[in-house]
Amino acid sequence: MAEVRIELIEKRIGQKIILHPITLTVHDGEFFVLVGPSGCGKSTLLSLLAGLDQPTAGRILFDGSDVTDLEPRERDVALVFQSYALYPHMTVRENMAFPLRVAPRAKRLERNRIEEEVQRVAGFLGLSALLDRRPRELSGGQRQRVALGRALIRKPRLFLLDEPLSNLDAQLRASMRAELLRLHKELKVTTIYVTHDQTEAMTLGDRLAALSQGRIQQIGRPHDIYAAPVNLFVAGFMGYPPMNLLSARLRNDGLQAGPLHLTRPSDAPTVDQEQIVTVGLRPEDVVVAPATDSGNEGAGFGIVRLTEPSGPTLWVTAELNDHSEVVTISGSAQAGFVPKIGERVAVSGPRATLHLFDPTTGQRLGAS
Amino acid sequence: MRRSDDDQAGSTMMVWIRAHGFTACVLLFVGLFCLGPVLWQAVTSLKPDQDLVRLPPLIPERVTSVHYDRVLLQSSLPRSLANSMVVAASATVTAIVVGAFCAFALARLPIAGKSVILGVALVTSMFPPIAVISPLYLLMREFGLRDTLVAVGLTHAVYSLPLAVWLLTSFFQQLPKELYQAARIDGCTPVQALLTIMLPLARPGLAVAALLVFIYSWNEFMFALTLTASDTTRTAPVAVALFPGLYEIPWGDLAAASLVVTLPVAGLALAFQRHIIAGLTAGSVKG
Repeated sequence: MAEVRIELIEKRIGQKIILHPITLTVHDGEFFVLVGPSGCGKSTLLSLLAGLDQPTAGRILFDGSDVTDLEPRERDVALVFQSYALYPHMTVRENMAFPLRVAPRAKRLERNRIEEEVQRVAGFLGLSALLDRRPRELSGGQRQRVALGRALIRKPRLFLLDEPLSNLDAQLRASMRAELLRLHKELKVTTIYVTHDQTEAMTLGDRLAALSQGRIQQIGRPHDIYAAPVNLFVAGFMGYPPMNLLSARLRNDGLQAGPLHLTRPSDAPTVDQEQIVTVGLRPEDVVVAPATDSGNEGAGFGIVRLTEPSGPTLWVTAELNDHSEVVTISGSAQAGFVPKIGERVAVSGPRATLHLFDPTTGQRLGAS
Repeated sequence: MRRSDDDQAGSTMMVWIRAHGFTACVLLFVGLFCLGPVLWQAVTSLKPDQDLVRLPPLIPERVTSVHYDRVLLQSSLPRSLANSMVVAASATVTAIVVGAFCAFALARLPIAGKSVILGVALVTSMFPPIAVISPLYLLMREFGLRDTLVAVGLTHAVYSLPLAVWLLTSFFQQLPKELYQAARIDGCTPVQALLTIMLPLARPGLAVAALLVFIYSWNEFMFALTLTASDTTRTAPVAVALFPGLYEIPWGDLAAASLVVTLPVAGLALAFQRHIIAGLTAGSVKG
């Protein structure tokens, strides 16, 4: 168990900058998630933490001691790979015992102690019946458990997971997510989890960092990031369906996004009148209602282009047209309302949940 | 009833010929072309001396083992075979051990100029042996290794090292990188990772490389001829070439000797064939 501090870590390959200087602290025992689209540098950061790769500049500290120049074996971290990386020529037992068997002689356990540990971890992960199988005789979920077992058996200071669930089918993924949380609650090992899936990031992390183009965009608790994304990248990346981002003109009485009129939020920033801003609305906050009983102030009228039923909510994408401007927006259908494609509907957004961004810098405007 | 059975058998025969006839013909032709000389050699080795130079009959009427007796019991060929075995085995072990370490470094360790190193290794193997043979002879004489098996074995190992390095490098590169990284994180030093993870998984590659080096060393003639001078150090190909023939060429003995020399390598190739099946990595990475 350890507190991990990353100080101005930077990585370049030739002239190409993979990671801009990053500073980040992961607390002792925390479940921390690094989330971002592919190519954002999150796996590189993980390799640097594991010691598989050397940073161009900066320091990595575990519990205050500098480990930047240490070999992977001296760092006492464990890493679960996306591909699991099980040793194909070894049985499950041998795979799980491997980290104990290759430990430095001074720390190596006796043979029967190793077997005890394997039995303990296998019992913990429900692998006891599979110990003599080889990896190729296991299902995806079982391989995943073996990979976890091999990582956990020597009680590492830091537990790294590189997209561990992305090779599993959806149902298994959900149950493994719960399993990971259970493991973390019981073992309390500092965990850094890398994923491109924002749903995983939202559900798993104590805190998360959103990465894009080699920079950390925002660090915080999942709910805080969801409620107040600091820039357009985070706003568009976190949450599904993605947030509507519309260009709007700021007026005294509110915001005008093409044909859609929105009430100006009470905490609206002090910006010049007539300024163009980007306004973000979460689809779950946008209400799509039948066009006939539109009593709503500021509702815009549009034509349904796409409907996506997702169980509890019916997502509707509508096109709003006021002769001069066309705005496409997605929202959720009012309870009981099932619009057809091509139908005329009323679209409205409440003011409390508007997010305003500067269209040139992409930064959030206002206090919240 | 019987006739229809026959017809049926005839028609399945026709189907088989139509489907596989061409392939069978080609295989038969290639087989005869390649094995014909060997067969002729075998026939010659069994003929008595006076029948050797008469053509009809093609198949010998009388069979004799006198050539094998002479080659195996009265000549120095058994000694030469033992020499060849020692030379080829030690050349193989040396080339594979050194080659595996080189290949591992080239495949997985952070080294600058990997492609240059591989290129230079390839260039060295392109020198014709005849170009290096006199300096090599002088070198071995300076080392006091002239007319020893060490000199031949070492030369063979050095000459086949580029091949071993190239083959093993590509085999190591084919192993998923994550396996090596996982081993490093699980606590291995690079060498430990090589020994416990990479080598067992590269077994098919090691077998192929070992087989090729062994065959090269077993068959190699010029270095062996130049670096040895006595019956006690000669390897088998040299011994066959220098077979005593005072007044006439002993065709029967030569045929028997060359078959005896070929047999171990042919047997080895067949035995190793089973190991050269890849697919050991199935299941390690998603699949």
